Amino acid sequence: MVENRPWLTVASHAVLIVGVVVIILPLYVAFIGATQTQDAMLHVPIPLTPGNQLWVNLRTLLFTGAGGGADAPPVWLMLFNSLVMALGIALGKIAISIIAAYAVVYFSFPFRMTCFWAIFVTLMLPVEVRILPTYKVVADLGLLNSYGGLILPLIASATATFLFRQFFLTVPDELTEAARIDGAGPVRFFLHILLPLSRTPIAALLVIQFIYGWNQYLWPLIITTKQNYYTVVMAVSRIAVVGDSIAQWNLVMALALLATVPPVLVVVFLQRQFVKGLVETEK
Amino acid sequence: MHKRVIFGSKTLPALLVLPQLIITAVFFFWPAGQALILSVMREDAFGFTRTFVGLDNFRQLLSDPAYFNSLKVTAEFSLSVAVVGLTLPLLMAVMADRVIRGQGFYRTMLIWPYAVAPAVAGVLWGFLFNPAIGILTPVLRSLGIDWNFVVNGQQAMALAVGAACWNQFAYNFVFFLAGLQSVPRSLIEAAAIDGAGPARRFWTIIFPLLSPTAFFLLVVNICYAFFDTFGLIDTLTQGGPAQATNILVYKVWSDSFRALDLGSSATESVILMAIVGVLTVVQFRYVERRVHY
Repeated sequence: MVENRPWLTVASHAVLIVGVVVIILPLYVAFIGATQTQDAMLHVPIPLTPGNQLWVNLRTLLFTGAGGGADAPPVWLMLFNSLVMALGIALGKIAISIIAAYAVVYFSFPFRMTCFWAIFVTLMLPVEVRILPTYKVVADLGLLNSYGGLILPLIASATATFLFRQFFLTVPDELTEAARIDGAGPVRFFLHILLPLSRTPIAALLVIQFIYGWNQYLWPLIITTKQNYYTVVMAVSRIAVVGDSIAQWNLVMALALLATVPPVLVVVFLQRQFVKGLVETEK
Repeated sequence: MHKRVIFGSKTLPALLVLPQLIITAVFFFWPAGQALILSVMREDAFGFTRTFVGLDNFRQLLSDPAYFNSLKVTAEFSLSVAVVGLTLPLLMAVMADRVIRGQGFYRTMLIWPYAVAPAVAGVLWGFLFNPAIGILTPVLRSLGIDWNFVVNGQQAMALAVGAACWNQFAYNFVFFLAGLQSVPRSLIEAAAIDGAGPARRFWTIIFPLLSPTAFFLLVVNICYAFFDTFGLIDTLTQGGPAQATNILVYKVWSDSFRALDLGSSATESVILMAIVGVLTVVQFRYVERRVHY
């Protein structure tokens, strides 16, 4: 604060509070909806204060199935699928890109720059853009309806490789020299020096990629036809968008909460890693 | 981009880059190549023969009014998201940077929407503004707006823009706040001593220093609106009513998986790739000369 202007401080707080209310509103309404009976959601105006059906709705979803239909799998399974997909994408991406970045920065080998650019141009091709041919490849490999099919096509991305490369370039050469004088080879140097040093970027990437993986929608929608592999974000859309019939809004909102709370908790509790990951991966 | 101290091995680095190269080749280059090939070919109805037709597919696509409409809708959508989506987070970040009490609280409350999947954001916003039971519908009606985004194309577009801006708010906010916090205090203090008020300091010092961040965010937001909003559109409007929100990524999907129009979907993919390519180049040229003036 450069100078004291009380009225400006009050105005800032007022603007911020209005902003927070607007940002929170959709989640608040979802929470209210999740605590109602189906009946209460059909009469206008719908309630604006919490009801007492939250546990009933959550239990129905988690153990009986989304929408209560006979063919709908229980939501705990979808939450598990989302978790597997999110962790698989996050860990897989970090694993393949940290070793690729290590090779590109610390070694001199034929076609080093070709490899780097081959990885780098993938920045330009989000999966949405080449959706049909990628689907064909995955189908040909027999990966439809499998965790491999959900995870593998999404772990190829240049952002993580790029981030690790930038980070390795800031690691002092003296460390490498000292390690070599002490007789450490490349594998030992990587495992005992570089990997521990990379804890911060790894944590930041983990948070960002976890959210990225959890929130995938189009890809799981296309490659899963068996309900055992549905993810929770897909399920929200399946019970919300029901065409001409009437959606069970209390269950839709309860499911939306189930799909949203895990990644929101990650962002809120790992805020520092999240902000770092966001700001650094995009540079 | 190279270390002075390097290791001599030749096989180890090859093994290290191999996993990523294989994944990239199988899931990026192969499908992208397929799309490129299909975009200059025409298959007969049974998929038995393919003939080379040059740029015919592109010509046909660009003269298709539905595709032209989709281009127009995408441009309108992404520009609106970029402009509205940047102004409000900037305002909030400036305010959050000013206050001392409660800064952590405000920040937490403003960044969590980042974690909401676009598909879920579409469902939440569709519910808020549902023509029958949405809690904001009576508010809009009392303002004299005949609100029904299910049949009114303009309203559907406005709602999609609103939901997308809400979803992308946290991202922009985080970047603006980081940018604001890196503005040197001494500059601001010097201006204050010279008698510049808060508004003047903002426009003559802070805003120019933030402009690289703002430009970067502009490109990112356009990319977001172009490619990451599939889920949002799918749960909110399904591209309707009457194609009013049928943006390009949504059209590629519906042409591929609903209409099974393979040639046209490959051509659309190629055009989208070209657009991403241009956006990426713009962004990286800018990153290279990230200058603070």
